[in-house]
Amino acid sequence: MSFQPVKFYQTGTFTVGNRLLPPEERSVQASSKRFNSINSGHRACQGCGEALGARYAIDAAMEATDGQLIAANATGCLEVFSTPYPETSWQIPWIHSLFGNTAAVATGIAAALKVKGKAQIRVVAQGGDGGTTDIGFGCLSGMFERNDDVLYICYDNGGYMNTGVQRSSATPAAARTSTTPAVGAEPGNVFDQGKFLPAIALAHDIPYVATATVADLRDLEAKVRRAMEIRGARYIHILVPCPLGWGTASHDTIRMARLAKETGIFPVFEAEHGEIKSVLAIRRPLPVEEYLKPQKRYAHLFGKQPRVDVIAHLQAQADRNIRRYGLQARKESH
Amino acid sequence: MLKQMEGSRAVAEAVALCRPEVICAYPISPQTHIVEALGEMVKDGSLAPCEFINVESEFAAMSVAIGASAAGARSYTATASQGLLYMVEAVYNASGLGLPIVMTIANRAIGAPINIWNDHSDALSQRDSGWIQLFAETNQEALDLHIQAFKLAEELSLPIMVCMDGFILTHAYERVDMPTQAQVDAYLPKYEPRQMLDPNEPVSIGAMVGPEAFMEVRYLAHARQMQALERIPQLAEEFATVFGRDSGGLIHTYRAEDAETMVIAMGSVLGTIKDTVDAMRDAGHKIGVLGITSFRPFPHVAVAAALKHCQRFVVLEKSLAVGGGGIVATDVRMAVTGMGLKGHTVIAGLGGRAITVKSLTALFERACRGDLELMTFLDLDWNAVNKQLEREKAHRRTGPVAEALLRDVGVVASRNY
Repeated sequence: MSFQPVKFYQTGTFTVGNRLLPPEERSVQASSKRFNSINSGHRACQGCGEALGARYAIDAAMEATDGQLIAANATGCLEVFSTPYPETSWQIPWIHSLFGNTAAVATGIAAALKVKGKAQIRVVAQGGDGGTTDIGFGCLSGMFERNDDVLYICYDNGGYMNTGVQRSSATPAAARTSTTPAVGAEPGNVFDQGKFLPAIALAHDIPYVATATVADLRDLEAKVRRAMEIRGARYIHILVPCPLGWGTASHDTIRMARLAKETGIFPVFEAEHGEIKSVLAIRRPLPVEEYLKPQKRYAHLFGKQPRVDVIAHLQAQADRNIRRYGLQARKESH
Repeated sequence: MLKQMEGSRAVAEAVALCRPEVICAYPISPQTHIVEALGEMVKDGSLAPCEFINVESEFAAMSVAIGASAAGARSYTATASQGLLYMVEAVYNASGLGLPIVMTIANRAIGAPINIWNDHSDALSQRDSGWIQLFAETNQEALDLHIQAFKLAEELSLPIMVCMDGFILTHAYERVDMPTQAQVDAYLPKYEPRQMLDPNEPVSIGAMVGPEAFMEVRYLAHARQMQALERIPQLAEEFATVFGRDSGGLIHTYRAEDAETMVIAMGSVLGTIKDTVDAMRDAGHKIGVLGITSFRPFPHVAVAAALKHCQRFVVLEKSLAVGGGGIVATDVRMAVTGMGLKGHTVIAGLGGRAITVKSLTALFERACRGDLELMTFLDLDWNAVNKQLEREKAHRRTGPVAEALLRDVGVVASRNY
């Protein structure tokens, strides 16, 4: 990995300013030459994690390909807030076809570019968790299996936020959505259902799989850059908090993403050909309550009679992630 | 060059002559031989440059074609039956986006009950999808229509289904005249897309359109199909100039001069109908044939003109709008509104039920005598149907209908009529 983690942060703040870095190591977004692939003026909610993630990811891909990039987009928030004709935020060639076929559309674009001798132009497909883990899963798995030359980016906010916060297969256990309401004996989404798509991507043995969050944007940029160095099927799964769906303050989007990582709820790693190569280590794992409490979608766990059993179950899931992906940092790392 | 070959092979070779750049396919009978042949041509390098992609579903097949076409590549796929239904959302998307994909439909019935044999239910279910739909009568016409289809599709920025009867045409070995590469190159220009995904000229394709312009976008698709009504006969003429034979066009008439009764149909059954009509003409019946090649756009004016001098028409179709009646017949009736003609609908050949000269002769003789019903189900086994209806009156738990019928009928293969 060419990306060198930055260690200039002050304990307790995680603040990393570009000003602390030599110019060549600064982020794509810090550059006045950034592409602004998704221009300002779009209709995303205040504090939208997906808008932030997409901006960093696509600009990084544009930088890596010297502007030779085509994007295919699934139906969903990103498509809706960025485009209604005659306006478009997209400064790059961009196509929206359907909700569930984005990976296949990208395959078609890549095939056309190859046959026309324009393989220097690269293809990114992108969708939300619903368009990726549910309705688009067949096409995605097909694209992986054929090892088509496509980078697929999933912006995971844990539900169908565009249609009014319904459950997807990426909705975490116990979370309230409009189709898993916080009522009954087991309020919120059920345990032991759903899927963690990065693990399924790994099982396809594709050249590159990574996860990222909008809390570690330089890490996200580096992963996109790494992905664009590779040919074949690549997958990046980005956790993008949704203030609307999660019931969090707009200014807490990055904090929530960081807490998801620091609790072990969302493992951040990088893998090549089915093998994990590196992880973003957790210096001091935080209890899951710190991640759950600020979110209204978990409010039913913290009522007059807190659901300690459910919280313990979620803590066990986070602990399992930390074990499974080796997320616990060694002592000397801070 | 004259060759004796399977219909699927003939279509595959014709498609290859059109220099497709991206072909994607998911296997479904009776389409398989077409894409197998194309896959082999790409793999052995005889069709190049071309990408052949084995996709995981028909939904993906159409989606790959959408992406490839939007990126400026000439794109082709083929399907049938359930496969066509499985890709429907993408079928509408391709036409809505105005992408000139050409797709062969090896026409086959739609389940349940699952049935692999020929009828037109699959293609006609996509009647309103915005695709141009051309129906081939013979293998020669099937291969010729593909060459015309690429030209028409790309000129109008509209996708086209070339429909050929599954098994009856796809698996039949016949003599065909295979054009040369030079002929096809002379006829079919390079694909110049109206819109393309290109980093040098970025556009957003497929964004949302609200009530302020949606109707106009839809109307323009309709207007392009109306343009096709003019272009299809012209393209057939140009085709005749280059290839030296008549193929395509909106409609064809056969022995229609002074006909009092006109039989209307699409696809390979026209051959059987023409044989029947020949014999009936010899016996003194004033009967003729109208074959519809272009079902979408529907040639209302041409159909009305062809029926101008007859007294009655019989639409024989391999499709059924359950709860409604005929599908082709509805369009024909629309075309002849106010002409005072007597019209008959005949549903025939569903799920591969053989349509025989014997049955057609009896049917047409009744029509000529003026005692054919408005709606007929050709060779329907009324005994089996009535027995089941009685059973359903008597018992609640009668089980799967198809099983009960087959127990009564006593055979599992199609019978000889």
